[in-house]
Amino acid sequence: MQTMFIITAVAMGVAVIVFMSALLTSLQANFIKRVLTSQPHIQLTAPDEEARSLRLSSPDRIIAPMIQRPAQRIRSIDQWQKIRDTLRTWPEIVTVSPTMVGSAFAVRGAASRSITMMGIDPEFYFEIVRLPDYLVAGHTRMLTEDILIGTELAKNLGVTLGDKIIVSAASGASRVLTITGIFDLGNKGANERSTFVALRTAQALLNLVGGVTNIDLSVHDIYAAETIALAVAAVTGVKADSWITTNAQFFTAVRAQQNSNTLIRVFVGLSVAFGIASVLVVSVIQRSQDIGILRAMGASQGQILRVFLLQGGLLGFAGSIIGAAAGGGAVTVWHAYMRQADGTEIFPLVIEPSLFVVAVLLAAVTGVVAAAVPALRAARLDPVVAIRG
Amino acid sequence: MVETREVLRLEAVCKSYNIGTPIEIEVLHDIDLVLNQGEFVALIGPSGSGKSTLLNIMGLLDRATKGRLFIGDQETGSLDDTAITNLRGQRIGFVFQHHYLISAFTALENVMMPLLVEHDFPTDEMEKRARDLLAQLGLQQWENNLANNMSGGQQQRVAIARALAMNPALILADEPTGNLDTKSADTVLELMKAVNAANGTTFLIVTHNMDLARRCHRIIEVVDGRIVAQKSAAD
Repeated sequence: MQTMFIITAVAMGVAVIVFMSALLTSLQANFIKRVLTSQPHIQLTAPDEEARSLRLSSPDRIIAPMIQRPAQRIRSIDQWQKIRDTLRTWPEIVTVSPTMVGSAFAVRGAASRSITMMGIDPEFYFEIVRLPDYLVAGHTRMLTEDILIGTELAKNLGVTLGDKIIVSAASGASRVLTITGIFDLGNKGANERSTFVALRTAQALLNLVGGVTNIDLSVHDIYAAETIALAVAAVTGVKADSWITTNAQFFTAVRAQQNSNTLIRVFVGLSVAFGIASVLVVSVIQRSQDIGILRAMGASQGQILRVFLLQGGLLGFAGSIIGAAAGGGAVTVWHAYMRQADGTEIFPLVIEPSLFVVAVLLAAVTGVVAAAVPALRAARLDPVVAIRG
Repeated sequence: MVETREVLRLEAVCKSYNIGTPIEIEVLHDIDLVLNQGEFVALIGPSGSGKSTLLNIMGLLDRATKGRLFIGDQETGSLDDTAITNLRGQRIGFVFQHHYLISAFTALENVMMPLLVEHDFPTDEMEKRARDLLAQLGLQQWENNLANNMSGGQQQRVAIARALAMNPALILADEPTGNLDTKSADTVLELMKAVNAANGTTFLIVTHNMDLARRCHRIIEVVDGRIVAQKSAAD
């Protein structure tokens, strides 16, 4: 009966850990996927232009003590081809995609809207920003006369697939482009402003032929993005901003969620450990005469110690097997029943097999550790005292 | 002339408690005692005379404060706990007033326990030995019964079989019939005597029962921590 209770308690603890971990991991993976499939992990831009103070030959006499920050014009990253080629050899970096970004107006008839025009090389850019996944109409063909626009912009301009719009840049250059695709990035503002054209088209419109304003990167380890960005900036001399700094609040939220998940696991683990320990302490007291007899029969202290450690480990193991199955089942059922208003899943469920392996191993280890004190107490029982009870 | 082999020897054994404190008390005083192979000995004395303490020292469950204890030729004073535990497991068997069987195990499993603890026995051999011992004690048909489903007499017979599992030279029995009715007590005693006669195992039985003591080869009387008399039961 006692064993049943403690196995149930362990199972409940492990089920909570598995349920919470699977849920939070899925939620977090979904958040990160949404954020990081619509923006690069690291973005390189040309260093800001800075005004230089005029000085006399004497270093402590400055003629112009007030320095006005110059307006930052759109300009290309120096030697960007060399930087691109260098970064493509870095093992931490998955994709390097040069882009040209600038402002323009999209005009159709009397309607006009300001847009952010991104000139991209689809072969590389789509490996970073999975634009094809967000396409609601058309395709991602990207010839020099093509443009992809968001759903809101299409609505505002009253255009659809195959329609033509005029894109005018501040340089005065303009082109008539054909809408080949309409996308929905899941953000109204982005759907109003973001547009994608071929890199060469953007270079021509922004009057920077042969140049790029950004180099977008994706990396293997998204949490190492900041460190890699610092290394890239040090090596190349350009500005490198990781998603961690550009999405500081989101990153803080992710970290907070991870920490709270860890805390929950620790406290549930502790309650499981104390549960096992308390059951084993009672068990040692109840079985002290059996222990005394075993010692009288020649059982060594080590054998008694091992019996109770094994018992703790088995309690943890047995409970965790049941708990892992229950937690996995519960999260699967929860996911199956919890739907969005339109009937689609709230987010994709990610259940890593390693979660179960780790939960079972940790529970077994917790059981052994929790059994240490009662096991030592049992092993040190004086057989004479134990037999007398 | 047949050589008598000593199974146990006590030389000037003393036992004190609370050593070095104002309430230090010596409960055994200069005990000299020899048990030979094949003897069936009763240890008698009033309550509080030190019988159980003496039994614990002889059984290597407790250590003497002074004096020497030999098990066979082995002097035990210099042995560490591991060696003492091994020696106890291999050479001495215990039977207590209460059987102390593990209730969740069958009679057969309880008898196999000392062999399991010892590790060196193949499972087949352990089972065969346990079955033979249960048969010797008339319990062959009860071997698969759980210990707590047996009568008091049967449980005590299982405890004797368990004590014999390692084929010890010496069985120490502390009031083995104290909890049994007269008939069961008589059966248990006769079985112990039969084992003694058949196997040559030495028995030392602590008892208050003078009828039982008189059926032993020798009676040792302890009073106030001293052996005050040793006599043949025939005397």
